[in-house]
Amino acid sequence: MWHDALLVAGKDLRIELRSRVALNQVVPFAAAVILLFGLALGPDRSVLAPAAAGLFWIAVLLSCVLATQRSFSLEVADGTRDSLRLSGLDPAGIFLGKTAAVIVQLLVLEAVLSVGVAILYGARLGGGAVLVAACLAATVGLASVGIVYGAVASGLRVRETLLPLLFLPVAAPVLLGATKAWDEALSGSPSGGLGWLSLLAAFAVVYVAIGVVVFGPLLEDS
Amino acid sequence: MAPAVRLREAVALSGRFPLLAGVSLEVAAGEVALVRGPNGAGKTSLLRLCAGLVPLHSGEAVVLGHDLARDRWAVRRRVGLLGHHGFLYDELTVEENLRYSLRAAGIEPSAAIPAAARLGLVGRLGATQVGRLSAGQRRRTALAVLVARDPELWLLDEPHAGLDQEARDLLDGLVLDARARGRTILLCSHEHERAVALSDRVVDLAGGRSVGEPAHVA
Repeated sequence: MWHDALLVAGKDLRIELRSRVALNQVVPFAAAVILLFGLALGPDRSVLAPAAAGLFWIAVLLSCVLATQRSFSLEVADGTRDSLRLSGLDPAGIFLGKTAAVIVQLLVLEAVLSVGVAILYGARLGGGAVLVAACLAATVGLASVGIVYGAVASGLRVRETLLPLLFLPVAAPVLLGATKAWDEALSGSPSGGLGWLSLLAAFAVVYVAIGVVVFGPLLEDS
Repeated sequence: MAPAVRLREAVALSGRFPLLAGVSLEVAAGEVALVRGPNGAGKTSLLRLCAGLVPLHSGEAVVLGHDLARDRWAVRRRVGLLGHHGFLYDELTVEENLRYSLRAAGIEPSAAIPAAARLGLVGRLGATQVGRLSAGQRRRTALAVLVARDPELWLLDEPHAGLDQEARDLLDGLVLDARARGRTILLCSHEHERAVALSDRVVDLAGGRSVGEPAHVA
């Protein structure tokens, strides 16, 4: 399983390095979301800074939809979805590999966006350990949910519109937990975010486990 | 010796739509069987059934000793399907696609080198991203994957399509070599004369059913 996961993650990341879809499209999209929120709320940093955590995670959430769609569009083109099924790769390994590749892309995106919210919204990125831990746990949760529902939607003609409908409601607890953990860290009381970190970690563990179990049947049926 | 492929009144559905409505055929190990029929006859579905990609609804289907009614997963590593798609990633080079496919199949990636050389995919071509290749070169790359994997059952769906004369001759040579090594080949092709010349027997399909008795090629 781990060999297959490394193989799939390496392949997806190599393709991303070549195509630069995440770098040239997803990151600018997320930056535009952050910028537009700033325009909508006005230049008053006393309004923007308290909202920074929520706006940051909404941008990450929407970007995760794009990253997931891209991850599965690789497998639909040229019949490679059949190729995945014929390869003999362990479906759990495919799930873990695709999830890992999306995690790497989202973590890079979050690093860029966190600088963006610091500059645009005047957010002070204190409580670094809680911020980083929240990013890690929330990203694992978001990516695993995205890959599970990406597999559900990928075999359907309406996959582009169906995926957000499936993904966003399920990912809502991650949005809530990550926003609260960041809020606590940004407001100077990072210990207050530990409870939310536990929620994020539990969500990530549950969805990784679900993905490992159901990805094979989803690959067959969807 | 048990046949490599044995189907009895095999029925496969896509939803409620019948892909195969009762196909019976038997192909011995080491044989080349040509599956003929008009568009929509069920040729591609037959190959996908044998690859374990389409579930068997009713009837009997045993491929390489695997009963597809009970387990259509185990057979997948033992077959190679060259379909309408090449199963290639556009952003990866020819060599990277080959190595990835071989690693995924649990085969030493060094097998990619002679296969690529045989298909003329060496030098700059081997280092070119597949998305930049012509249709014929993509087809050669997909063939190279098949040659490198060298599965026990080759499932070839219109393998001559998109290939130039030289590549068609090369493909025919590869099929004959595979047969000489004891591989079994199921072949669908509208290149009738070429395909018949390669084949030991011919199976006709119409409307998702096998028609008449399989004929041995003289």
